[in-house]
Amino acid sequence: MSTGTPMGGASESQARADELVDEITKPSRLRGLSDWWNHLPRVGQWGFLLIAVAAAFALPLVNIPLVTTEPGNNWPLACAEMARYALVAIGLNVVVGQAGLLDLGYVGFFAVGAYVAALWTSPDSTMVHIPYLLTLPLAAMVTVVFGVLLGIPTLRLRGDYLAIVTLGFGEIIRLLATIIPALKGQVGFQQIGRPPGENADGNPVFANSEGAPWYWLTITVIIVVMIALGNLERSRVGRNWIALREDEDAAEIMGVPTFRYKLWAFGIGAALGGSAGAIAAGQIGFVNNQRFDVQMSIMFLVAVVLGGQGNKFGAIIGGALVAYIPLRFTAIAEYKYLIFGAVLVVLMIFRPQGLFGKRPHLLTFERRAHKRIANLADAPTSAPAAKEAGQ
Amino acid sequence: MTDQPVSPATPKPDAPPPLDSEVAQLAAAEREIAVDVGDKLVEIQNLTVRFGGLTALDDVTFDIRRGEILGLIGPNGAGKTTCFNAMTGVYRPSSGGVLLEGEPIGRSKQHKITRRGIARTFQNVRLFGEMTALENVVVGLDARHKVGVWGSLFRTPRLYREEKNAIDRGMALLEFVGIADKAAVQASALPYGYQRRLEIARALATDPKLLCLDEPAAGFNPAEKEELMELIRTIRADGYTVLLIEHDMRLVMGVTDRIVVLEFGKKIADGLPKDIRNDPTVIAAYLGEED
Amino acid sequence: MNQWITFDWEALGANFWSATVDGLTFGGIYALVALGYTLVYGVLNLINFAHSEVFIVGAYAIVFTLTSLGFGPSVPNLAWYAIAANLLLAVIFGMLAAAITAFIVERVAYKPLRAKGAPRLVFLISAIGMSFVIQYLIFVWRGPNPEPSVIMFKNEAIFDIGGTLIYFDSILIVTAAILMMVVVDQFIRRTKLGRGIRAVAQDPDTATLMGVNRERIIISTFVIGGLLAGVAALFYVMKVPSGVLYMGGFLLGIKAFTAAVLGGIGNVRGALLGGLLLGLIGNYGQILLGSAQWTDVVCFVVLIIVLMVRPEGILGSNLGKVRA
Repeated sequence: MSTGTPMGGASESQARADELVDEITKPSRLRGLSDWWNHLPRVGQWGFLLIAVAAAFALPLVNIPLVTTEPGNNWPLACAEMARYALVAIGLNVVVGQAGLLDLGYVGFFAVGAYVAALWTSPDSTMVHIPYLLTLPLAAMVTVVFGVLLGIPTLRLRGDYLAIVTLGFGEIIRLLATIIPALKGQVGFQQIGRPPGENADGNPVFANSEGAPWYWLTITVIIVVMIALGNLERSRVGRNWIALREDEDAAEIMGVPTFRYKLWAFGIGAALGGSAGAIAAGQIGFVNNQRFDVQMSIMFLVAVVLGGQGNKFGAIIGGALVAYIPLRFTAIAEYKYLIFGAVLVVLMIFRPQGLFGKRPHLLTFERRAHKRIANLADAPTSAPAAKEAGQ
Repeated sequence: MTDQPVSPATPKPDAPPPLDSEVAQLAAAEREIAVDVGDKLVEIQNLTVRFGGLTALDDVTFDIRRGEILGLIGPNGAGKTTCFNAMTGVYRPSSGGVLLEGEPIGRSKQHKITRRGIARTFQNVRLFGEMTALENVVVGLDARHKVGVWGSLFRTPRLYREEKNAIDRGMALLEFVGIADKAAVQASALPYGYQRRLEIARALATDPKLLCLDEPAAGFNPAEKEELMELIRTIRADGYTVLLIEHDMRLVMGVTDRIVVLEFGKKIADGLPKDIRNDPTVIAAYLGEED
Repeated sequence: MNQWITFDWEALGANFWSATVDGLTFGGIYALVALGYTLVYGVLNLINFAHSEVFIVGAYAIVFTLTSLGFGPSVPNLAWYAIAANLLLAVIFGMLAAAITAFIVERVAYKPLRAKGAPRLVFLISAIGMSFVIQYLIFVWRGPNPEPSVIMFKNEAIFDIGGTLIYFDSILIVTAAILMMVVVDQFIRRTKLGRGIRAVAQDPDTATLMGVNRERIIISTFVIGGLLAGVAALFYVMKVPSGVLYMGGFLLGIKAFTAAVLGGIGNVRGALLGGLLLGLIGNYGQILLGSAQWTDVVCFVVLIIVLMVRPEGILGSNLGKVRA
């Protein structure tokens, strides 16, 4: 146990403690990257982000030699799938990474979103038809309702129980899709709608075989979501989430309404999962009960865990990786569950914070705080001294 | 002689406002306490807490008066932390109750009790390790913030106001407990003494009427204990009421106004430090244990 | 005709007693697997996600043993004592395989995390990873299809109560489940190892101070859970001969866990009660709602309701601490 330091005065034990603190907080290599980013002026940060966004939009148009999934898998379609997984990972990251709620049935929300898109646009469905793009917010809303209904009874449960219950929920959705006749089990729904628009040659822009437009749609949604989530993180909401993840009981005693914020995290995660499901349904054009199993939930979990707890940029990369690797390395694609299962175990043992575990940024005016701290170091620290100076 | 410019409502636009270690002046304007100094702020009435066959607290009654530093002592297992837990809503009383400003706490949820004005620190430090010191304190300040999820999402003016305010007040609190230089350091990386003081700052951030400290001096050396006593006195001088659990007798005798002694869940003494020190039942309970 | 959900009360009424017998039979299997979950939970305060794979490995071992002994898809032409001897051999191999798997899971996925004092979330994720690894190792080795069925004996109806036939396998399974429960219960209460398990479950630190070797207790708990899963696997192969495939453990594992929670997690008798009760509920539900897959839905709903209304289960969780 290291020694505390006397308040305010400079003394040997203070110097020793300072050394100790510096040693502990010395930047590791990856931390160096985020330090560099933090010290970049605002303009620099925006500049980099714009370049990154431009590069992201250009991605499906460029068949980078070693990186591309061709000839095995169509590259723009692969990009579309990577983007979808990234969106799912961002959503699950809110639930698992930030609020610390282990949700093993996230595929359930994904499925609900997909079925909403199917039920309201497919000619195989008896429901009223609406334009496809409207199904995106509709899917989000319906999924939120499911999420809240599931969350209210279960979010009071402790970690492992919540995990099993959410697993059960995912399975219930899948089973209901099989056994409720109106959901058409294995036959499913075909000819799901798409956003409007036609090419010069009369084909739809958002055809099922055209990955690029779907990719751009997903990326746009991702950008909006990232901005929104960034706002939430750097506020009371983000702080309360991390607090209840770190120590739920202490958070509650410090005045955090933990249940309410858990429900918010769950609902937001659900909405994002549902939106991703609706997008997937549109791009693939076909929804049945075959694609929404536990394995997919675990893949989503791998994406979040890989990317780094609570780090939404990491989640994007994790999601993209989980989608990309089986598409690029088709030889091992059938072993993907085995590989990702092993990845989970190895990660937990050696690097539980994921590839990009980073310290969360939870203050809106973080720079203001840094300036204040820097001023402390320069100005005389004690108020009486300042009083005298001001006389 | 110039007054220190201190009002948080009008900071100078360009320069950061001057730091002021008088936390109460930043906080007091917003605090309304229904009870006068010296009157009963908290009443513990016939409080009994049972776990299965074990009676941890047995018909305990005492008051906490506004503005005092009350010590709660007793041998290990006497029920002191159980009392804290009952007061902050962690345990439900099996019978009896706790009144704050005359109103029962009843079965309120813990975060609501914090809003009503009881804050605490923990016997084993329970900080939010992944957050910085400042962020930990701001979580405490969040207890009083009014902005919600929608406001945070759409960045309303109220959000900006509260967040800016949070930085100022948070840094002031950290300065008050003497750890402002480490404000940007991750809490789990702070030295032990800093962590203990950070917990106090975080608890103060919730703007409590009563601050409950659970063995705040555990693991401190004598110099640090002196500093802690000074800090507790300053906290009281700024208008807070303090309830203190401690094992170190010198610290308790030195800083408290009044002492309540528990043994095996029962109250065995309640009085001034000099009387408690000579009380034969207390001495017997401890068998002369003194630090 | 309702396109969404229909309730077929008549079918339930007509088949009530045979449904009851069947439900109890499955319940016995759930109970045996539930014991493994409950013991590990009691000692480690942790759901051993990979227990379902421990179970299915045992099932594979039993199928391989019986196949190499000459059993196959048709009823074997052997005297009853020969069959019994073969089954005994098979269950021994099953228990061994399951116990070894459990041991490996503990050493690989849990122990390194315990040494680091990892938070609970990390344990859970690691367990899920192990579960996947085992499942898909099996998949890679044996493919997606179930193993060819192995019939153990000619399953004859022993009793006929008012038109309901009670078959031999049902009697065997339920009896065995009750018997194993008694054995484990006595073991926990009377043997030194059993007391050690209870001590560690209630208060690990004090137990260590009292000289109990925590590591040994943990390993023993996993191994015992594995042995019990091996016995459960025998009955599973007996009752569901076509059910031995790589994901066979998963759904059964969820049901067994539900059974453990229903009866009282950490409570040995609760595992039996929960198992039998869940078997009944699941079977009735399946008949009522018209499809075998409704069993799973019903079980999940039961789980959610129990966790909401009475999380400590019917008999209360007593092996370890009550859940916070």
